[in-house]
Amino acid sequence: MDTVLVIGIAGILASAAPIVFAAIGETIIERAGVINLSVNGAILLTAMAGFAVAVTTGSVVWGLLVGALIGALVALIVAFASITLKQSQVAVGFVLALLCRDLAYFLGNPYMGRSGPRLPHLPVPGLADIPVLGAILFQHDLMTYMSFALIVLAYVYIFRTRPGLVLQGIGERPAAAYVRGANVNLLRYVYTVVGGALIGLAGPMYSLSVKAGWKGTISGLDGIGWIALALTIFGGWNPLRAALGAYFFALLQWLGLVLQPSLPNIPSQVLQVAPFPLMILTLLLVNIGNAEWVDRTLAGLPEKARHAVARVLRAMRTSPPAALGMPFEKE
Amino acid sequence: MVRTSSRWTNFVFQLLAIVLALAFTSLVMVLAKANPLEAYRNIVVGSLGSINKFSDVLVAWVPLLLATSGLLVTYTAGLWNIGVEGQITLGAIFTTWALRVLQDSTLSPGLIIVIGFLSGALGGMLWASVVAFLRIYGGVNEIFGGLGMNFVATALTIWLIFGPWKRPGIGSMSGTEPFKETLWLPTFAGLRISPWSLVIGIIGIAVIYILLQGTYFGLKLKAVGRNRRAAFLLGIPTTQYMWAAFLLCGLFAGLAGAVQVLGVYHRLIPSISSGYGFLGMLVAMLINYQPAWAAPVAMFFAALNIGSIQLPIVMKLDSTLSGVLQGALVLAVLLMDGVRQRLLRRR
Repeated sequence: MDTVLVIGIAGILASAAPIVFAAIGETIIERAGVINLSVNGAILLTAMAGFAVAVTTGSVVWGLLVGALIGALVALIVAFASITLKQSQVAVGFVLALLCRDLAYFLGNPYMGRSGPRLPHLPVPGLADIPVLGAILFQHDLMTYMSFALIVLAYVYIFRTRPGLVLQGIGERPAAAYVRGANVNLLRYVYTVVGGALIGLAGPMYSLSVKAGWKGTISGLDGIGWIALALTIFGGWNPLRAALGAYFFALLQWLGLVLQPSLPNIPSQVLQVAPFPLMILTLLLVNIGNAEWVDRTLAGLPEKARHAVARVLRAMRTSPPAALGMPFEKE
Repeated sequence: MVRTSSRWTNFVFQLLAIVLALAFTSLVMVLAKANPLEAYRNIVVGSLGSINKFSDVLVAWVPLLLATSGLLVTYTAGLWNIGVEGQITLGAIFTTWALRVLQDSTLSPGLIIVIGFLSGALGGMLWASVVAFLRIYGGVNEIFGGLGMNFVATALTIWLIFGPWKRPGIGSMSGTEPFKETLWLPTFAGLRISPWSLVIGIIGIAVIYILLQGTYFGLKLKAVGRNRRAAFLLGIPTTQYMWAAFLLCGLFAGLAGAVQVLGVYHRLIPSISSGYGFLGMLVAMLINYQPAWAAPVAMFFAALNIGSIQLPIVMKLDSTLSGVLQGALVLAVLLMDGVRQRLLRRR
C-alpha cells in the first residue's frame, strides 16, 4: 500500500480521536434524556486548561485529568439547572457554550503560543511492526488507543449490559424505568457528568496532541463541539455510528488539506468548512423519514414504489430517545 | 398583595443573580492576576467616558438591537434560530453586492443606500429560509441547520474577499475595497454614529414590540411557540407561522448586516457579524423574551463590548472579558430563576 495513504489513514484515526470522545460523551448524555449544548465551549475551555496545567506541572496526565474534571463540572451545571432547577436545557447549554469559550480565550491569554508537553508516541511492541496495519492502528498515542476502546466499550455497555438497558430506559420511558426501580434523576446526573468528563478529555487531546499548543482564537477548535453534537444525531445515538461519522469528518478535513495545493484559487478556510454543508445534508437524510409530508406523499404513491422508498428511508432514519430534553417528575 | 410580594422576591433574586455574576467574573479576573475594580472602572470609562465613546456604544447597539428584535420573533414561535449569525453575514454580503453593482451607476447615492438596505434584508431572509425549509420540511432541527449555515456564510465571506471581490492586487483579511464616502450612512459631525441607523434600530424594536404585544399575529405566534400541536388543532396554520417567524428574523438580521456595511465598516470584512447574533440570543434570554427590555439591555451589552476594547492595551487583559461577564449574567439569571421557582413550589 502507498505510504502516503497509510500515513493519511493513521492521521485521520488520530485526529478523529477527540471528536470520537466528544461525540460518544454526548451520545451517553442524550441517551439518558438530557441535551447538553455546551460541548463547543467545554472543548475550548478544557483544551486551554489542560494545556495550561500541563505546561505548569510538566505532566500531560494532569492536563488530561483537569480537562475531564472541568468537562464534568460544566456538564454538572447543565444537569443541575435542568434536572433540579427545571430550566431550559437548551438555554443553559447554549449560554455555557458561549461562556466557556470566552473564559478559555480570557484565561488562556498568558499561555498563547507557548510550547508545552505533548502526549508521548506509544507504538505497541510487536503489533506496530505488522506491515500496513501496524502503521495504521498501532503507532499512536495513548488517547487514540483509548478512543478505539471507548467505541467498543460504549457500544457494549449501552446495548449489551443491564445498566445500559436502564440507561436506554431513562431516556426513552423514564416513567417505566422509575416504576422498575431506577432512580431516574440520579442516573441522569451520573450519566451527564460521565459524558461531560469524556467531552472534557477531548479538549486536552487537542491541545496536547492533535493540535498541540494554545493559540487563542486561531486554535482552529471553535466549531468542533457543534460538529460533535451533529454527529450524535447523525449517529442515531449509537456510539458506533457516531464514531464512523467522526472518522468521515476527519477524512473530509484531511481531503481539504490534501486538495489545497491543487486548488490554489480557493482559500483554505473554504475547504475547511466543506464538512458542514455535508453534515446538513446527512442530517437531512437521516431526519427526512420523520417528516409528516413524507408520509403523506408516500401514501399517494403506488404500492410497490411506496414500499421501496419507505425501506430506504427507514434504513437511513434515526429517531432520538423519546424523552430527550424532557424533565422527569414523579406524579 | 400576593402579586407585589412575588414581584419583590423576583427582584431580589435578579439582584442576587447580578451579584453572583459579578462575583464570578471578579474571581476569574483574580485568577488572571488582574484587579477587578480597575477592570470594571476601565470598562465604564471606555464606554461612557466621552461623547465619542458613547457614540461607539450606539454604533454597536443598533445591529445588536436589530438582531435581538428578530430573535424575539423566533423565540416567541418556540424556535432556536442560532443561524442568526449567518443571516447577519448574508445581509452584509447582499448589501455589499448591491453597492458594488450600483456604485458606478447614475442613481443617486441615497437611493443606492436604500437599495443596499433592502438587498441586505433579502439576504438575511434567504439564509433564514434555508434553515426554515430544513426545519419544516426536512425535520432538521433549526439549531443544527442554523449552525451549519453559519459556517457556510463565513466561508462564503472569506471566499468573496479573497476571490471575486478581492482588492486590486491581492486580497487580504482587512476586507474588500472600501466604498466611496457618498455611499456611507451620514453620521453626526465628528462621531461614528449615524442618525439613520439609530432610527432603523428604534423603529425595528418598536415594530417588534407592537407586533408581539399588540396584534393577533403575535398572540397566535405565542400559541405556536407554547404548544404547536394545540395551536394547530385550534386552527392556526402553524407551518405558515413558523415560516413567518424565520423570515422576519432573517429580515432583521439582514438589516443588522446592512448597517454593519453601510454605517460601520463601509466594506465587507471576514467577521462582519461581530458576534452580534449570538450576543442577541443572550440578550433575549436575559430579558426573558420581553420586548420592552430589549433596548436597555442591548445597550448595556453594547457598552460592555465597547468598554472592554481598551482592556488589552490598558491592562493586558483579553477583551473577551465582556463575553465572560455577559455569559455569567445570563447563566446566573437562569439559575436564580430556577432556585426561586423551586423555593416557591416548596412553600
